[in-house]
Amino acid sequence: MIAELGCLALILALVAALLLVGLPCWGIVKQRADLQRLDSYYLSLHCGFVLLAYVCLTACFLLDDFSVSYVMANSSVSLPLFYKLCAVWGGHEGSMLLWVLILSLWMCLVGFFSRDLDSLMRTRVLIILGLLSAGFVLFLLTTSNPFARQFQVLQTSGRDLNPLLQDPGFLLHPPMLYMGYVGFAVAFAFAMAALWAGRVDVSWTKWVRPWTLAAWCCLTAGITLGSWWAYRELGWGGWWFWDPVENASFMPWLVGTALIHSLMVTEQRQQFKAWTILLAITAFSLSLIGTFLVRSGVLTSVHAFAVDPLRGLYILGFLSVTIGGAMLLFVLRAQSLATTEAPNVVSKESVLLLNNVFLVVLMLTVLMGTIYPLLVDGLGLGKLSVGAPYFNAVFVPLLLPMLFIMGLGLHIKWLKDNLKRCLQSLTWAGLLSVVLPALVLGVTAKTWQWSAFLGLALATWVIITTLSSLRARGFKRINQAYCGMVLAHCGVAVTVIGITVSQTYGVQKDLPLAPGQEVLLQGYTIAFVNQSPLQGPNYTGVRAQFRVQKGEVVHTIYPEKRLYTVGQMVMTESAIDVSPFRDIYIALGEPQNAESWSVRVYYKPLVRWIWLGGFMILGGGLLAMTDRRYYRKRSAAGDLCQN
Amino acid sequence: MRSARRQQLTIVLVILAILSLATALVLYALRQNISLFYTPSQVAEGQVQQDQQIRLGGMVQKGSLVRDKGLMVHFKIGDTKHSVAVQYKGILPDLFKEGQGVVVEGKLIGAHLFQAKEVLAKHDANYMPPEVKASLQAQRAAS
Repeated sequence: MIAELGCLALILALVAALLLVGLPCWGIVKQRADLQRLDSYYLSLHCGFVLLAYVCLTACFLLDDFSVSYVMANSSVSLPLFYKLCAVWGGHEGSMLLWVLILSLWMCLVGFFSRDLDSLMRTRVLIILGLLSAGFVLFLLTTSNPFARQFQVLQTSGRDLNPLLQDPGFLLHPPMLYMGYVGFAVAFAFAMAALWAGRVDVSWTKWVRPWTLAAWCCLTAGITLGSWWAYRELGWGGWWFWDPVENASFMPWLVGTALIHSLMVTEQRQQFKAWTILLAITAFSLSLIGTFLVRSGVLTSVHAFAVDPLRGLYILGFLSVTIGGAMLLFVLRAQSLATTEAPNVVSKESVLLLNNVFLVVLMLTVLMGTIYPLLVDGLGLGKLSVGAPYFNAVFVPLLLPMLFIMGLGLHIKWLKDNLKRCLQSLTWAGLLSVVLPALVLGVTAKTWQWSAFLGLALATWVIITTLSSLRARGFKRINQAYCGMVLAHCGVAVTVIGITVSQTYGVQKDLPLAPGQEVLLQGYTIAFVNQSPLQGPNYTGVRAQFRVQKGEVVHTIYPEKRLYTVGQMVMTESAIDVSPFRDIYIALGEPQNAESWSVRVYYKPLVRWIWLGGFMILGGGLLAMTDRRYYRKRSAAGDLCQN
Repeated sequence: MRSARRQQLTIVLVILAILSLATALVLYALRQNISLFYTPSQVAEGQVQQDQQIRLGGMVQKGSLVRDKGLMVHFKIGDTKHSVAVQYKGILPDLFKEGQGVVVEGKLIGAHLFQAKEVLAKHDANYMPPEVKASLQAQRAAS
């Protein structure tokens, strides 16, 4: 019964979404305010039904209703309660339902917080969001109904959740990522509404910026958590694989970052309006393409669990209508937004433009690497793959000048500035960021690596120039948004330091090891103490005890090898001895003979800094979001310009 | 007016410079870092040159897995007609199993010997690399 109720709720949600689009639309055309005002009513109805559907699916999981085929495929009787709750989004259908749920959450938030907004604009935004939501609910109902029943297998205890996904990191990662993906829908809807209205004014940017920041923060959190999860759970110590699905989340992030910066110019100088709109459209389009790439199964990737041509076809159609429609509207209306005056070459506007160009070019290179195999395959030229070396070779050279400009740009003034004066005033920062890393490397590192020095020097440059910009600005004029920027920029530098040092000075050893043996790694003695059998709720396995010792300090960690009994899947649970300055990472390979195991041990210096930086960027975004100037009444919007 | 034009021109030139730098990098990196996918039959027919970086995909043949001292492993990857011997030093992924699909990346070092640099097994026990699936289906259809 519960499954049928959920299905009914989805259908009603679709009807409510269509009414949310239809009636206010009619109201706008006929200029009838009573019809326009219906939007709030249908909005709550739509969101209520989506929530009901989600609750129903969760109930099916909790009640172990294996006649629902989605539950059978993703849960089992022995799955712990906590993972049953997460298993709701463990497969394709459920994760799409989560997507729709999150979209309606964003819609509710927009509906609630935009009461002060010009009512016509608000209605337009909600209509566009309603249209998107209707598209996705229809997708669920036609191609991937999570409530579909099956009657072939009657006696079953479920196929269990993919063991890889049975990890606490999994609780947060997909919802966060989706919050980010879907959150760009709000920026998209605002952009569409602006094109519809044919104008972009100060109050528009004032509304869009917090929403964009919110989505961007969620995406940042999602990517950081995902990287952390991959590091722990995929077992082999990597934290970023340039996997198509990771790229699919990274591309909207790059464009979202560009959008945040270009919104600043639009807000302060009323320039780049058309460009800002285009970025908002692109960011959401890339989120949609990300969904398409992952869900349609066209890409072979660790994360791609759905292979169904009909789904691919639907999403492709949905994609062309949404992106095509948006682009068409943009082409027709962008002329009315264009500003004719070009900014001065040396000015903050130009620096931000440069930042945008770099970010978009980075996104394009990632896009190229991701879809190149598809293009070649589609043209019938053979099957090939583009690996991580491609991305490293392209990404790093483009990132380095960007880091330099990131530090310099903060000290360049709006409108017009003198580059020579600026560079002269930063000579000391430049010297310091050469000397300091050289000293640190000289003292701590065993070998001198130029690549490490370059990365550290640029990161130091970013930190020093960012902090000194606080003084240059004058402490009285610092607001939350500015603090957020400082925190986020320093976060980028910290991540760069983490990546540089862990990649350059990390050491990996694969070796056979038996209980009682030990190995020396970077001054650490790593001893395999013993191994014992392991019995978990839905797995069995072996638990090894390792001692990590340096001087007096001794830590004991327990890597595991698990066999998930339902799916007969083997999983490596790595164990990590964590400290702020280095990780010792141990993963069990496979048994070599009666006694010994193949073991992988890593020494990874500063690897934690990668995620620390990610969370600093997130904190910066959150701080900027809470800036009070965005939440004053509309009459106060004027004071944004004075800054 | 003229100076405004010049400003515009400078900005456009800078953007063009960044774009062409990126294009050059992409082209260079694509030439170096792509690997084409081949089947064991294609290797047996001599379509692959030695020292060329490729991906080889097929089924791990039953009973072919041999472990040496240290971490050296030998196994055979086959399709319906031919098989290629593969050697690899390192730890095999969790989902590597005899009788299942696998993709290895590396190069040929002898007429029928493949040196794998990386063994890719996907994270789902029922997963079959699409390239392997497609090539097996094509062979079945042909025979």
